[in-house]
Amino acid sequence: MTRLPVQKTYKLYIGGAFPRSESGRTYEAEGANVARASRKDLRDAVRAAREAFPKWAGMTAYNRGQILYRIAEMLEGRRQQFAELTGSEAEVSSAVDSWVWYAGWADKLAQLLGSSNPVAGPYFNFTVPEPTGVVGVVAPEEPSLAGLVGRLAPAIVGGNAAVVVVSEKRPLAAVTLAEVLATSDLPGGVVNLLTGRKDELCPVLAGHMDVNALDLGGVEGDRAELERLAADNVKRVVVNGDGQSPWHVAAFLELKTVWHPIGV
Amino acid sequence: MSDVERRQDRSPVPSAFEYAPAPESREIVRLEERYGLFIGGELVDPRSGEYQPTVNPATEEPLAEVAYAGPEDVDLAVTTACDAFQNGWSDLPGSERAKYLFRIARILQERSREFAVLESLDGGKPIRESRDVDLPLAAAHFFYYAGWADKLEYAFPNRRPRPVGVAGQVIPWNFPLLMLSWKIAPALAAGNTVVLKPAETTPLTALLFCDVLRQAEVPPGVVNILTGDGRAGAELVKHPDVNKVAFTGSTEVGKEIQRAVAGTGKKLTLELGGKAANIIFDDAALDQAVEGIINGIYFNQGHVCCAGSRLFVQESIYEETIAKLKRRMGTLRVGDPLDKNTDVGAINSQQQLEKIKELVASGEEEGAEIYQPPCRLPERGWFFVPTVFTNVAQSYRIAQEEIFGPVLSVLTFRTPDEALEKANNTPYGLSAGVWTEKGSRILAMAQGLRAGVIWANTFNRFDPASPFGGYKESGFGREGGLHGLEPYLKFE
Repeated sequence: MTRLPVQKTYKLYIGGAFPRSESGRTYEAEGANVARASRKDLRDAVRAAREAFPKWAGMTAYNRGQILYRIAEMLEGRRQQFAELTGSEAEVSSAVDSWVWYAGWADKLAQLLGSSNPVAGPYFNFTVPEPTGVVGVVAPEEPSLAGLVGRLAPAIVGGNAAVVVVSEKRPLAAVTLAEVLATSDLPGGVVNLLTGRKDELCPVLAGHMDVNALDLGGVEGDRAELERLAADNVKRVVVNGDGQSPWHVAAFLELKTVWHPIGV
Repeated sequence: MSDVERRQDRSPVPSAFEYAPAPESREIVRLEERYGLFIGGELVDPRSGEYQPTVNPATEEPLAEVAYAGPEDVDLAVTTACDAFQNGWSDLPGSERAKYLFRIARILQERSREFAVLESLDGGKPIRESRDVDLPLAAAHFFYYAGWADKLEYAFPNRRPRPVGVAGQVIPWNFPLLMLSWKIAPALAAGNTVVLKPAETTPLTALLFCDVLRQAEVPPGVVNILTGDGRAGAELVKHPDVNKVAFTGSTEVGKEIQRAVAGTGKKLTLELGGKAANIIFDDAALDQAVEGIINGIYFNQGHVCCAGSRLFVQESIYEETIAKLKRRMGTLRVGDPLDKNTDVGAINSQQQLEKIKELVASGEEEGAEIYQPPCRLPERGWFFVPTVFTNVAQSYRIAQEEIFGPVLSVLTFRTPDEALEKANNTPYGLSAGVWTEKGSRILAMAQGLRAGVIWANTFNRFDPASPFGGYKESGFGREGGLHGLEPYLKFE
């Protein structure tokens, strides 16, 4: 007699927990019933991200870098599972390497992006990058894992919290990645992953007044309306991005300039 | 007459503070009766056929008529800038572009008095400020960015920086020439050409700047200046051949512009409104802090996006601070912008004066306590007495909305955490001030404040090397410094 395997229930990832959609809805994708997040789920995810933001932003850059590296370790340990989900070992390797690459950036961003500024006056004037707050990410449809990681890692490495609308057609890798994130010492709420209909979720994300920035890289079709919604609270919007680079990270960072007096 | 207006009618300042008039001569300024649009290196008649007067806010007298650009004018200017970009300017070696910018900086220095007087005439700001702040900073900005023009590969190593093309720039009326320099200097240094629209109430220094361009022999079409109102600005930012939009002004208009460029792929930077917190700790050098409070909110009549319009005083020094502040306010001289003794000049426009009055009235209605020092205002012109509100709740409109006038709202706090929480309780995040003798506290507060510029034991200080710009609804992108170059470049 062959053993009947235990199947997984694919749920959302919000505030470090794995709830079903409050709407009770699911949709079928990749042969599984996947939670179909509602607008309310998205708003809950933004709240969780906002609450998680100060702690994550307040950690040392070294600490954040180690947690991103830990994500790579956990992902590496599950290579087989993700290779089956994505159908590509190369994609899993690239996703792992992407976490490692960004992990190394955490404590170097300020040196690359900041400056000290020679002003005409008795002030030590310096500029430092700081996280902007909550970043809304629309992940690409394909590749479902590497595409997600390539947009998520740069959004959080600088200290932001993220709310991600993941691939609609290929959501399983994202939900499984949530299990990796949940076991990597990443504080709950720093990353929130929503499965569901992009048409339904993206406008709510783009217009949300407590989201500071938006990565529309995964939007297929017309982005203009989402960009217009983003203007309601002057969101920073990335449409294409700079590929794997610190400049992509910089798009989600503010620059703060401090005039510190010099005197005796 | 409303309560506010009656209070402004009080007795003259005490005789100890009487100063003899010391007006700066306006003879150095020679105005035309009428100005066209600056397109392709010359002032041309507008296709729109429309002209409107620009008014001296201190006397309400018209100074000159300026053209109001229509859609055809905007199109012509953008096409001209496009041609200039493709036919020469973008191929010019950076070292040659640099020399044009150095020339502009030098000419501004040479003609600074002329510009300062004109700035005060057209905008109403005290000559002391236009002479000592606006002009030196404008010249310094050109000088700073001049040096970058042939060093872009060092500023952005391995990124192959290239100019974006035509920059469409819209600037406000509070620092007309200075904002022009913040916009034009980095744009040209990066190799772009420019179409700039000055504010409708302050076009004259931008038009005089056209003469600087002539003297500097900047090639025709590299800089085009379109006077006009919001309609021209709206046309400019949505023009398909504009590759980069830069706007300084209100958050409301900034959002409209962000919507207008949505989906176009244009680069965008916005420098918008603010409601800056100025935080005074009980160990601060109080007399120095009071000077900083005054400078923070009454500098340029409070027409400053980064003005310190919310004062947070630690409760243990509240009474003493307010007493010193009120005493100091009594010595502010409000009046003729061209008088070298004037501290607070004219409100830029009737419309702005009405807005200030409306918000001040709301503060009184909501229950705040108003104080205005004894002060005699000129009979003509648009003026407003320096005003402070105490007993202000965070929810009051005067604590939430940008007034853009000489009106200060005072709130209190007990602990640094409380100060941070209250200071950050705003959709804006442009600037903030911290006053304390403790260096470690300066840095801790600077870390906690969600704002783009933090001044410690100073306020409203600017430098071309120092990046400026906001968090949250105060906009995005930086002007000044190395960071101010990036919005004008694309990378391969």
